[in-house]
Amino acid sequence: MTTIVELLLRRLGASLATLLLVSAVVFLITNLLPGDPVQEMLGQAATPEVVEALRAKLGLNEPAYLRYLHWLGSMLSGSPGVSIANNMPVAELVADRLPRSLTLAGITTVVAVPLALLVGIVAAMHHGTRTDSIISGLVMFVVAVPEFLVATVAVLIFAVKLRWLSAVSYAPPDPTLAEFLETYALPVLTLSLVLVGQMARMTRAALIEQLQQPYIEMAVLKGASPARVVLRHALPNAVGPIANAVALSLSYLMGGVVIIEVIFNYPGIASLMVDSVTNRDFPLLQVCAMLFCAGYLILVLLADVAAILSNPRLRK
Amino acid sequence: MVDQLQVDGLRIVASTGDGGRKTIVSDVSFSIPRGEVLALIGESGSGKTTIALSLLRYVRRGCHIASGSIRLGDSDVMAMSERELRSLRGRRVSYVAQSAASAFNPSMRIMGQILETTRIHKTLPRKEAESRAVELFRALALPEPESIGSRYPHQVSGGQLQRLMAAMALITEPELVIFDEPTTALDVTTQIDVLRAFKRVVRERGITAVYVSHDLAVVAQMADRVVVLNAGEIRESGPTAQLLQNPQDHYTRELMAAARPALGCAGEGVASESPVLSVKDLTAGYGQPGKDGRPKVTILEAINFSIPRGTTLGVIGESGSGKSTLARAVAGLVPLADGTMTLSEAPLPGEMAQRNREQLRKVQIVFQNADTALNPAHTVARILARPLAFYHQMDGPQRDRRVRELLDLVHLPAAILDQPCVRLSGGQKQRVNLARALAAEPDLILCDEVTSALDTVVAAAILDLLMELQRELKVSYMFISHDISTVRAICDDVLVLYAGRIVEFGSRETFSAAPFHPYTDLLIRSVPELAQGWLERSGHPPSKGSGGEIAPGLCPFLDRCPVIIPGQCDRVPPPWHHLAAGNSVLCHHTQDALAGERAMDEGARSPRG
Repeated sequence: MTTIVELLLRRLGASLATLLLVSAVVFLITNLLPGDPVQEMLGQAATPEVVEALRAKLGLNEPAYLRYLHWLGSMLSGSPGVSIANNMPVAELVADRLPRSLTLAGITTVVAVPLALLVGIVAAMHHGTRTDSIISGLVMFVVAVPEFLVATVAVLIFAVKLRWLSAVSYAPPDPTLAEFLETYALPVLTLSLVLVGQMARMTRAALIEQLQQPYIEMAVLKGASPARVVLRHALPNAVGPIANAVALSLSYLMGGVVIIEVIFNYPGIASLMVDSVTNRDFPLLQVCAMLFCAGYLILVLLADVAAILSNPRLRK
Repeated sequence: MVDQLQVDGLRIVASTGDGGRKTIVSDVSFSIPRGEVLALIGESGSGKTTIALSLLRYVRRGCHIASGSIRLGDSDVMAMSERELRSLRGRRVSYVAQSAASAFNPSMRIMGQILETTRIHKTLPRKEAESRAVELFRALALPEPESIGSRYPHQVSGGQLQRLMAAMALITEPELVIFDEPTTALDVTTQIDVLRAFKRVVRERGITAVYVSHDLAVVAQMADRVVVLNAGEIRESGPTAQLLQNPQDHYTRELMAAARPALGCAGEGVASESPVLSVKDLTAGYGQPGKDGRPKVTILEAINFSIPRGTTLGVIGESGSGKSTLARAVAGLVPLADGTMTLSEAPLPGEMAQRNREQLRKVQIVFQNADTALNPAHTVARILARPLAFYHQMDGPQRDRRVRELLDLVHLPAAILDQPCVRLSGGQKQRVNLARALAAEPDLILCDEVTSALDTVVAAAILDLLMELQRELKVSYMFISHDISTVRAICDDVLVLYAGRIVEFGSRETFSAAPFHPYTDLLIRSVPELAQGWLERSGHPPSKGSGGEIAPGLCPFLDRCPVIIPGQCDRVPPPWHHLAAGNSVLCHHTQDALAGERAMDEGARSPRG
């Protein structure tokens, strides 16, 4: 038991170290971005004196390492500064957007992961048959089609032609079931298509690798049914790679959904980050970047935990 | 007598990669009376495993049963539906796989896997099934029968896993049990225990069984009748005694000859010359060295030997004894924690990175498994050209000529030059592997179990080749093997490794008659003889091995030693005794005691085979 705890603590420590490293890189890169945020805020007409005064007020004249430490401290204390673009606390901006992004990601996860596992398992069980070829072909097709095309076509069909759903996804504060479905159906559908493809392919590959192991032959020779062979014998041994594939796919939900948010006009955190880049809104941009990184690390950590728990050799 | 199983005119066809078909089993017929054990014997590719699996109407990918009938009791196995087959497999016919280590699901507890058969077939309620499993564990002489089932497969040893797999096969009391090379992957000292356990349950429970093996000596212990297979056809069949005493088919005789390797013609080394390699006080292991300078896990300790030019040093021991680590340490793949090596009178650095090209060239290693040692995507020509370019800066026609010469040396046709390695047979691959080492023109070749993965006949040819090359090229070998008869056949000197320590060293003559170190004695006695009843006659107690830590310095073999001297062996480090025949043993016993022990024991046994 101690070995698991030890192993997990070590992973957690490594994640925190990564996060610290990333914070330095994020800080460095945002400071290398072209354009002066103060100039951006005040416009061309501002006199050098005014610009200088604002710079001093925002602390932009301090040496970089001091600013970095200040920033790190403020993030740890939970008040990571004020947005340069609209003068609102960054924490407030993020607090408004993050739950929406997490809702979208959560619903997509609930839909996509079981679907992907099912598709992957069915394909693996029929490995080498026509069923497998058809499923794999479809999956490849879905992976290959870019999501903005899927999104646009979906809007065209369901919102414009059939008029079943709204083209804009904005949920009212207390949605009814109908409103909820109307809001999320299209973005979730689009995102799921992209994710299911990747996850199903990895699930299939991981399972097929296990299905070629001698212990699977042994299970068949014990009289186990095909379902038992796959679910009871192969799947537990494929949890590690599958969990990693799922984590990688889901991490895409954190930051890679910009296009989806733009097309459906969904006010998530990804579009907030894009805005912050356009406005040279460094404090906001830095926090967004750190959030995406943290989300990614949490997912990978969870995948590692799943892999460790599923493997008696690591579990001890 | 009633036949439990009847197979008639069985033909199994495999589809080849290019759309063609190849018959891999043709017109095989045999029957097994109830309560008898039938052996299927042959080399790899003989179809023995294919036939064994077909008794469950299971074929591997790309194969199918083209014709023939299989009757088990009153039922026609060939006419069964998928559902009926599922209730046949595991319930009426069960299977013990060759490698239990890979045939057990690594993420399920052993008991769960053993009881799974009873759950699938609903033969017994869980409680009763569990107590029957424990009873089987006892019958199979497994340690801690009450609790061993709650472990995972990686937590028990190979020999135990193989017996646990037999328990899994027997728990449903099937009508037929198939043992597919169940002891091939085991050390001889473990094999003898497993064979004993199998034999006992088979006899006590009157089990009808098919025993698949390539080893005639093992089959002689287990089977009532033998079917000899070659290339998918039956060459000869009959009662075991008759077949052993009076083999009719020339292939059977060939198999029997290969099972008893003749003494080779080693011993041409010139002792007066300086040794090609000498090793002093070598200690090596894995993991970061601690404060005392010793590695985290010490594998080898205080190893001393030297190899005279043009001779062969045999290194023998069980798996885990450190023999491969020794080869890797000499090759520079494992850093030395202590000790020195001398190559042709010049010091040899322990780490590969510190060796110059000449030193690298002089020591070459040939790995056990040519399948993984050779890059499957490379052609034979490319594999052989690489060391020529690296060590001898050869290129162009000169290099091509040398590649052909090398192929000639290992008796391979030049036609295979442009073939990728995957197309070659196991024996051919091992020859390429050897030619690759020869390309460097080394002084010393480290042969790590080079024949272990090969069939006996092919292995014998590789051994002949090694000896021939030694005569022609005066190359020296360090020949690592777990098979004492092979080592005795081709090596000039032999050292016996146990738990990382040398326990005996001597010329090969000293290994043909007692006295030996008690461990060497156990090794030699554990090799099955080609005679029925050997298993019952060989009287040494089952090796136990408490698994407890042995204090450093004390005899590493003390927890398994049958002739332990209490109060001495477990207190005082053993001295080296030089015996009259010229061998040295690391043991408290003296010459007379060791010889007497052996003689006494010998007297109690009937004359050897």
